Amino acid sequence: MTPISRRPVLGLLAGLAFAPRIALAQTPLRIEINEGVIEPVPYAIPDFVAENAAAGQYSAGISRVIANNLTGTGLLREIPTSAHIGRITSFDSPVQFSDWRAINSRALITGAVRVSGAQIAVKFRLFDVASGTQLGDGLQLDGRTDAWRRMAHRVSDQVYSRLTGETGYFDSRVVFIAESGPRDARRKQVAMMDQDGDNTQYLTDGTALTFAPRFSPSGDRILFTSYESGFPRIYLMDVASRRRQVIGDQPGTMTFAPRFSPDGGSVVYSLSINGATDIFVLNLSSGQRWQLTNSNAIDTAPCFSPDGTRLVFESDRSGTSQLYIMPATGGDATRISQGQGRYSTPVWSPRGDLVAFTKSHNGQFHIGVMGVNGANERLLTASFLDEGPTWSPNGRVIMFTRETAGADPSLMSVDITGRNLRRVPTPGPASDPAWSPLLP
Amino acid sequence: MNLLTKAAIVAVTLALAACNNPRGGDGEYGQYGAGAGGISSTALGDPNDPTSIAYFNTTIGDTVNFTVDSSDLTDQGQIILRTQAVWLNRYPAMAILIEGHADERGTREYNVALGARRAARVQQFLIAEGVSAGRIRTVSYGKERPVEVCAEQRCWDANRRAVTAVSN
Repeated sequence: MTPISRRPVLGLLAGLAFAPRIALAQTPLRIEINEGVIEPVPYAIPDFVAENAAAGQYSAGISRVIANNLTGTGLLREIPTSAHIGRITSFDSPVQFSDWRAINSRALITGAVRVSGAQIAVKFRLFDVASGTQLGDGLQLDGRTDAWRRMAHRVSDQVYSRLTGETGYFDSRVVFIAESGPRDARRKQVAMMDQDGDNTQYLTDGTALTFAPRFSPSGDRILFTSYESGFPRIYLMDVASRRRQVIGDQPGTMTFAPRFSPDGGSVVYSLSINGATDIFVLNLSSGQRWQLTNSNAIDTAPCFSPDGTRLVFESDRSGTSQLYIMPATGGDATRISQGQGRYSTPVWSPRGDLVAFTKSHNGQFHIGVMGVNGANERLLTASFLDEGPTWSPNGRVIMFTRETAGADPSLMSVDITGRNLRRVPTPGPASDPAWSPLLP
Repeated sequence: MNLLTKAAIVAVTLALAACNNPRGGDGEYGQYGAGAGGISSTALGDPNDPTSIAYFNTTIGDTVNFTVDSSDLTDQGQIILRTQAVWLNRYPAMAILIEGHADERGTREYNVALGARRAARVQQFLIAEGVSAGRIRTVSYGKERPVEVCAEQRCWDANRRAVTAVSN
């Protein structure tokens, strides 16, 4: 069940969307994400109109969440409200585009909020200021007041999508490890937050060491590794109920590095026994388990391709840690990493065309991407210690852990263009982020 | 004191102590066992008492170190492990947990696997030295539990280790 419903807004301007294409004149506003260095497009988002008194406590907050999302992409630059000439006092009144052209705004986002009881309705429109036309239809989202931030993320996704032609990623969450305490006796809790760092919830109590949580493809379950038994074991947790169970356990072994298959029905992971670490896959409904690699090497960090037919993983079978791809049923593995240095933590992109990885070389750590055949390697970051990339649902942004020498780890994000490196806000030191899919 | 001299002294001391039984349950920290809050304690005893766990931990040495990405035992490491084995064979009631660790200059999953490989290497060595396989368990902490905290080579060197933890 979706807590937020949406419908087109009927109003004065909605009809404009049906105007003949030729009337749009000039080039319609469009942001091409793939271009190298771009100048952020200036936009204005006046505080959403509170249509009744009860909406007053939400309207400005909703516009701020949207602005934070959009500006955070690095593709857009907000013109502060203090510089606005025009005022939006009614959602359906005609827009005076000259007021927005005068401050060099290219895009304008208007909105309104109405609250009745525990229900909130959020309406918005997106305008191309230069041509004085609306981009897409106005839209109304209806939901509970406590979901107001999610509704702001939904609006952000709509705006992003209309401006770039790509699916958004704002209505999503991140699981990560919240760290505290001294570094030689670190307390590490599995935590979950909204993609923008708000709304942090703790999913484990920190009594046991945990690491590397991962979302299921539908976002309703997570996998993580915990030392609750004294040994690393894989746990499967239902996010809503917080119920959890050990999976893939085998006495006398250590199990870790789990990830879901794209259909959510299986888990691929690694198992260490007698010093050898191999890759296994477990069917969650049947409990059946298959061993996919069998060597004395370290084979770990397995990750499915989006179509579920292949696995990318890291192995030191050549002497140093490198990336390999093999069929999801096991069999011959092909090495894809070709550059100098050690490669690890490969993660297949949602579109299936790229693999993100951690690389260490000459005392530096990098987050990078390469084609699935190993071609076109590009390093996006460099620092004392960067590791563990995770893809945004639309495959445009990568989040990862950064630790500078002697400092606490934090979460960072970077566009796959290598631009827009940013710190993701967390309540304290944090590591091991994993992005959810877009929420249903 | 160089390592060989130390090992010789340890060997002599062990010979002298051979008639003693291991102690540790009567130390000032009380009887070993899981207490409130899941915290367990083991009395360590006096490091000068060759029957004590403290003697094993500090006088023999419970830790061997490794080079980068390696699980090969150094000459020093082998000397320490042989001495460990002599002591462990003398006190067969002691349970053994070998903890493998890695430095922070690697990724989390790889380091867990590397720590597992180091722990297994120590386990194999001790078994070859006559320690019963059934007494030994291994665990890897990867880079999660450094013994030294600094962003320098000396700390990374110290953190690439396997620790033989004994309990009675």
